[in-house]
Amino acid sequence: MSTQATQVAQRSRLLAWLDERFGTGSVEEFIRHKTVPQHRHSLWYYFGGMTLFLFTIQVLTGILLLLYYRPTPNDAFESVQYIMTQVRFGWLIRSVHSWSANLMIFAVFVHMFSVFFLKAYRKPRELTWISGMLLLFIVLGFGFSGYLLPWNTLAFFATKVGTEMAGSIPFIGKWILIFLRGGEEVTGATLTRFFGFHVAVLPGLATVLLATHLLLVQHLGMSVPPGVERRIAEGKEPARSMPFFPTFLLHDLMGWYAALGVLGALAAIFPWELGTKADAFASAPAGIRPEWYFVFMFQTLKFLPPKILFLEGEFAGLLGFGLAAAVWIAVPFIDRRAGFGRVSRFFTGLGVFALGYIAVMSALAYWH
Amino acid sequence: MPNLDPAQTDSPARGRRWANLLLGGGVLASIGSFLYPALRYIIPPAVAESTSRSVIAAKAGELKPNTGKIFKFGSKPGILIRTREGGYKAFSAVCTHLNCTVQYRDDTRQIWCACHNGTYDLEGRNVSGPPPRPLEEFTVNVQGEDIVVARKA
Repeated sequence: MSTQATQVAQRSRLLAWLDERFGTGSVEEFIRHKTVPQHRHSLWYYFGGMTLFLFTIQVLTGILLLLYYRPTPNDAFESVQYIMTQVRFGWLIRSVHSWSANLMIFAVFVHMFSVFFLKAYRKPRELTWISGMLLLFIVLGFGFSGYLLPWNTLAFFATKVGTEMAGSIPFIGKWILIFLRGGEEVTGATLTRFFGFHVAVLPGLATVLLATHLLLVQHLGMSVPPGVERRIAEGKEPARSMPFFPTFLLHDLMGWYAALGVLGALAAIFPWELGTKADAFASAPAGIRPEWYFVFMFQTLKFLPPKILFLEGEFAGLLGFGLAAAVWIAVPFIDRRAGFGRVSRFFTGLGVFALGYIAVMSALAYWH
Repeated sequence: MPNLDPAQTDSPARGRRWANLLLGGGVLASIGSFLYPALRYIIPPAVAESTSRSVIAAKAGELKPNTGKIFKFGSKPGILIRTREGGYKAFSAVCTHLNCTVQYRDDTRQIWCACHNGTYDLEGRNVSGPPPRPLEEFTVNVQGEDIVVARKA
């Protein structure tokens, strides 16, 4: 027997062994028959997988950072400095972690907006959309909690402002603030808590939600945009698809490989800065601003007057964003037209408005 | 012929309802008793507020006119400003908007918060930007070599 034939025989023996015990044959069958629709919007299907890949990078580099990082106010800054300057390739690991975090959030946003505009949230994928939105909030939570960990000045004030905003919620705000900060002020207690959120609570939640999200995607298959569906129904376009394994997965792999290259280049050319150590008794430095994905909210806060009607300005802002997020999550249930496969221009308009608002507010913040 | 006497069909059903209620209530109460300590645990014990009413914020001659410095007042920052005329002013340095630490700007001769571009005048009044309230003002006394800042009574 040739070597190739031997390998095939061994592989099928292993599969048979597994199938006998766990009935894995059905899974194999499922993978063999899984297809991905092919049309002019297929490109957008890759951003979920890209997010997943960058998340994997985060888990791996995060574990590596844990080997040296120390989550106390006296040690945190110094330990990151140590990683950046003393540990071999420490600068690379930390810079990749920071860059990959930012690229992941970017990929999440692209994924979300493409799902939104292609109406992939419509029946029967309502719960896929909701699990995805919850994952988005978790990703933002990862960003917010991870930002504080190097214990530098920018992070210190960003955390002060972010947690103080939560504190502006009537009645329960004070408790949320104390829960988040581990006391009245941003101190070492806050750092310890944020570390716990970042490396234990959020990864646990993310794992459960991610599993749910992926199972739903497998169960329901990829959504075909209503426009394409109509063209297929009218016979203007043939219904085409490609096998998931190996075609789609190989495309995915090419994208991931390219992403690794981009990450390495970014980390090498623009190593992530550390800044100055946080000092509770220093003024907030000029030009302070949060990470880019929070900038549109930050800029909105700057424009809000101290009082809007009977509400505190920042609470009014928070309420506005909260309501907007609630509507956004509930979109599969509100957009009934898309549910019936009809054109829903209003929701496309809503998406354009949201995207425009984020773009304009962010541009204003960087332009000033 | 099925037995239709209500007294005989009802009492086992009622008995089961009671059993369910007691069992369910008991389980709920026990879950409450498991969760309560955990919920209390995540809210940290209150830290005693610093009771010091005054602090030495700077030494005489340390600040040039038209400058300011941040000093530690208990667990919170304060700001001491020497005006262009040479007098002293002191306020809480915690911005009333979202808690950032303010700074003195010699170009505009105002107190400025970099976080959301709030400004206060040298009386601590919020004059522009998002801050909703003035800064708390402290009294300043020059005692020999020490600039002593105290909370107003």
